[in-house]
Amino acid sequence: MNGDRRGGPAPGGHTPAIELRGASKVFRTPSGAAHTAVRDLDLTVERGEFVAVVGPTGCGKSTTLTLVSGLEEPTEGEVLVGGEPVRGIRPEVGFVFQQDAVFPWRTVLSNVTAGPRFRGVPKAEARDRARDWLGRVGLDAFADRYPHQLSGGQRKRVALAQTFVCDPAILLMDEPFSALDVQTRALMSDELLELWSASRADGAAASVVFVTHDLEEAIALADKVVVMTAGPATVKEVFPVRLPRPRKVEAVRLEPEFVEIYREIWSSLGEEVRITRERGASRVA
Amino acid sequence: MSLESVESVGAPTAFRTSRTVTRAQAARRRRALVYGARVLLLVAVLAAWEALSRNGLIDPFNFSMPSAIWDQIVQWTLHGTAQGSLGEQIWYTLYEALLGWVIGVLAGVVLGIVLGRVRFLADVFGPYIKVLNAVPRIVLAPIFLIWFGLGPASKVASAVVLVFFPVFFNAFQGAREVDRNLVANARILGASNRRVTLQVVVPSATSWIFTSLHVSFGFALIGAIVGEYIGAMKGIGMLIASAQGAFNTAGVYAAMVILAVVALLAEGLLTFAEKRLFRWKPTDPGAGG
Repeated sequence: MNGDRRGGPAPGGHTPAIELRGASKVFRTPSGAAHTAVRDLDLTVERGEFVAVVGPTGCGKSTTLTLVSGLEEPTEGEVLVGGEPVRGIRPEVGFVFQQDAVFPWRTVLSNVTAGPRFRGVPKAEARDRARDWLGRVGLDAFADRYPHQLSGGQRKRVALAQTFVCDPAILLMDEPFSALDVQTRALMSDELLELWSASRADGAAASVVFVTHDLEEAIALADKVVVMTAGPATVKEVFPVRLPRPRKVEAVRLEPEFVEIYREIWSSLGEEVRITRERGASRVA
Repeated sequence: MSLESVESVGAPTAFRTSRTVTRAQAARRRRALVYGARVLLLVAVLAAWEALSRNGLIDPFNFSMPSAIWDQIVQWTLHGTAQGSLGEQIWYTLYEALLGWVIGVLAGVVLGIVLGRVRFLADVFGPYIKVLNAVPRIVLAPIFLIWFGLGPASKVASAVVLVFFPVFFNAFQGAREVDRNLVANARILGASNRRVTLQVVVPSATSWIFTSLHVSFGFALIGAIVGEYIGAMKGIGMLIASAQGAFNTAGVYAAMVILAVVALLAEGLLTFAEKRLFRWKPTDPGAGG
């Protein structure tokens, strides 16, 4: 598609793909109370960088993604994509949801054409692009099926194709593989890395924010791992992951360096998990 | 040794086949039993009615009897009714019910979806719609007769008001309960508000709407019949009214039987359409919405 899709001013000037500056999000609960999901969030994602966000359950990791996507606006602070403040949904953003979000009344092919069609791409071209992406995720043979006829892993592949076909410069993923079984998960992680590395039309890689509660998954996939505090969440620490690419998820986790990083991050994350657990316990008591 | 192995291989297979055959036979026998019992029940009730009526245990003038009802249907079919041929009466009622149903469904679906999507309108219109819904709408039929006269228009209007509300409430609920993930996904993929409504909200509300379609076709028939009963030139409701006026009990029953057949046929058509429309849904119950 158009080359200037990534936005961003001044060639040569350094603009990160995503920047959050002191972003906070306060929700009103149905009872009228204020619930702070994230507070004072500072986060930078460079172009083509794969960032994994880990944190205790329910701490507000997903809120970070909805702020970047433009589905929600920050209560305070700034969210910049390509150097511009986010106002509404931007065309260069792709989002893979935790739950199934493919349209159950559309066939697989029609699901993948949805994005381009919504964006005004002519039917024939949209179908060609969709078929290409269905091929890349290995679902050519399932083009005419309905989602309920597929397995959970296949539906996730449809969701990936549906997102990638729109050529996103920014890819937001909210625990996309958490509903899959362990083997399918490892397989999908490998596939994701492969698709991601050559996802853009111009051959570059998208900038990814991948939310997960699985630290192993985070390290295996990412260039840097962001640890969030117990809710209301903010960034606690950022760990670079300098494992060489291309990676194979099953193999990389056996490397001594992986174990080293895992231990280091877990010492930071484990504390937050403990705090969350103790809070939960005190709430129950 | 060899004898043992032959036995251990052969025995379970033979056992399984015989079990499958027995099960299939049992299932067939059960089905036959159910159908047989159904027919028997119908025959018994009709026979008892006929016998009681013939023996004068119940008054044949007030309660009629199956044979008289059948004669009445045959007579109407062969020689027509006082208002014209039987087919014409059925067609009139069906026409009024169908037209009222279509208008009521369209209005209910459109308004339901719009109010389900636009919070402001829902807040403004909500209380009035509730009040209107609380009015027993069948009492509007006499007013429609005054407004629209003896022709089909007054019956169509009664059918519309009966059909509108259940369809409206279901469409409204369906639009409200759309999976938020699907809406978010569509918006991320670039869908405009209009596209979200037409391509996400409407399809996911269709299963809600279809539930109400089944019920509401029955309502449309009621609206048409009651309208005809109060005052009309033609139609099954008119048949009932004139049969009642002539103390022709068999005629009232005969019209009821005809109505029941018409309603069942319409229901069958609707179910067929539903099956075509919901091919995307899992067929096994419990595996999805």
